[in-house]
Amino acid sequence: MAKVFIYPTTSLILSDLVARFGHTPLSAALQIREHIQTPGLESPPLQITPEDPKKGLKWAAVEVPSGVRGRMSLYGPMIEQAEAAIIIHDADFSFGCMGCARTNELIQFLLRKGDIPVLDLRYPRTEEEGIEFVAAIKKFLDELAGGGV
Amino acid sequence: MNLVRIAQLSCGPEYSGVQKEINEAARSVDAEIFFPDIRLADIRQGFDLFGLDVRSPDLKLAIARARALVEGKIEADAVFIATCFRCAEAAIVRNELRRYIHENSRLPVVSYSFTERTTAGTLLTRMEALTTIARRRALLAREVQEGLTLGVDSGSSTTKAVIMRDNQIIGTGWLPTTAVLKSAEDAVDIAVKEAGVKREEIQAIGTTGYGRFLVGEKMHADLIQEELTINSKGAVYLADRQHGPSTVIDIGGMDNKAISVQDGIPGTFTMGGICAGASGRFLEMTAKRLGVDITELGPLALRGTGREVPMNSYCIVFGTQSLVNALAAGSSPEDVAAAACHSVAEQVFEQQLQEVDIKEPVIMVGGTSLIQGLVKAMGDLLQVEVVVPHHSQYIGAVGSALLASGFIKGS
Repeated sequence: MAKVFIYPTTSLILSDLVARFGHTPLSAALQIREHIQTPGLESPPLQITPEDPKKGLKWAAVEVPSGVRGRMSLYGPMIEQAEAAIIIHDADFSFGCMGCARTNELIQFLLRKGDIPVLDLRYPRTEEEGIEFVAAIKKFLDELAGGGV
Repeated sequence: MNLVRIAQLSCGPEYSGVQKEINEAARSVDAEIFFPDIRLADIRQGFDLFGLDVRSPDLKLAIARARALVEGKIEADAVFIATCFRCAEAAIVRNELRRYIHENSRLPVVSYSFTERTTAGTLLTRMEALTTIARRRALLAREVQEGLTLGVDSGSSTTKAVIMRDNQIIGTGWLPTTAVLKSAEDAVDIAVKEAGVKREEIQAIGTTGYGRFLVGEKMHADLIQEELTINSKGAVYLADRQHGPSTVIDIGGMDNKAISVQDGIPGTFTMGGICAGASGRFLEMTAKRLGVDITELGPLALRGTGREVPMNSYCIVFGTQSLVNALAAGSSPEDVAAAACHSVAEQVFEQQLQEVDIKEPVIMVGGTSLIQGLVKAMGDLLQVEVVVPHHSQYIGAVGSALLASGFIKGS
């Protein structure tokens, strides 16, 4: 079972596919849930405090906007854990959406720098493409160590 | 008090840990922040029609929300636009949305670029101004001062007091701010003495400036209001430009205000300054280094030319270094004074005036408007004739006294 970083990390469909095919998805939902459930924090809506952008300094320098660093404090640890990654390009907003383009560029760069298998797929626009899309994800996940159901 | 609903258009505050601060600043002025709800289809249509092809989905959402507000699909009393400091893409969107809302609706709008260090205190005056404009349009429409009123401006550098009677300024007081309350009391005493009235005869009191709450509470003020709306009102009143558009520039001792005004009511405004190098404080330092009184700096600057003196007061430390270097290299005090005025004007021009639409007349107010060299430098940069009304240094106190007269019983 491999830890698979998904992009967009907010995609519930992608997260579900990874789990169904026997791996552990690394998605935003888990990270945000951990933040929201941390007792003692009072910084709605995501319970991210001004300390988090400072933690993000590990992945982005101080001149990088605070929103990028705050996001990296969530996604950076996930990238470090990742043993594989699936990146969907031009995804529809309803499939999953990541708010900041600069963060998205940095996430993809760090994933490619990480020497892990990465599957790049374009978001399907037809039913036929949709079938090929799921098949490609299944094939990629099956080939990962410990994968396949 | 009516809850003012402020629509937030933003990218990044929840990930910077400052959303709580924004909410708190709004709550402290009886306002509520909300995110306009729109359908997914409207998001796609919204930014397509707006025509700005940005990459960040949160900015696309902000654009779609702005369109929904302008088209009246969502009701709000005011708009707060917030994006990350140092993000170029967001800065373009922030600026264009501010302009779009200002030109196509009557919604007051303020934009702000935050870092993770932004606090509710930093945002308070901006939120207060937004709610004042939304809540007190009738009061801000007042054009004539009536009765006997007192206005106090408790500023970061100086405290000003003005007594007005039947639309005339009859007494003024001006002192450096040391202990906030004592400075205010002493300034009022001077103004009362000059006016030849008794304090108990005063029918209404208004306070503004950094110390407005403390002074207002102590003096049982009828009106305690931030300086953005007060100064706008005071500026157009004193310049006799109460109707139509105008731009008000106030380079203060601690921060600067640039306000785009329509019929005496602020539409968009910016407040701040990266460093004291872009404020009156740098000119005070320059005067001190040149060994002249601050009142002599303006005439001195008019006699010099700053072109030959390299000076960049983006940071007050670097600005001071430039000052010392220029004098050591043999530059004349006149040229150095002119360069300092140009540098401060340039910082305000580059950092703040890009965020408001400059419409004539451009009215400069506040203590620094008495420094002629600074006014000239600003006029040269903007290519306009800058208007400095009489009593411009008392602008906050005059605006307070004017609006306070709306609280006189039977007025």
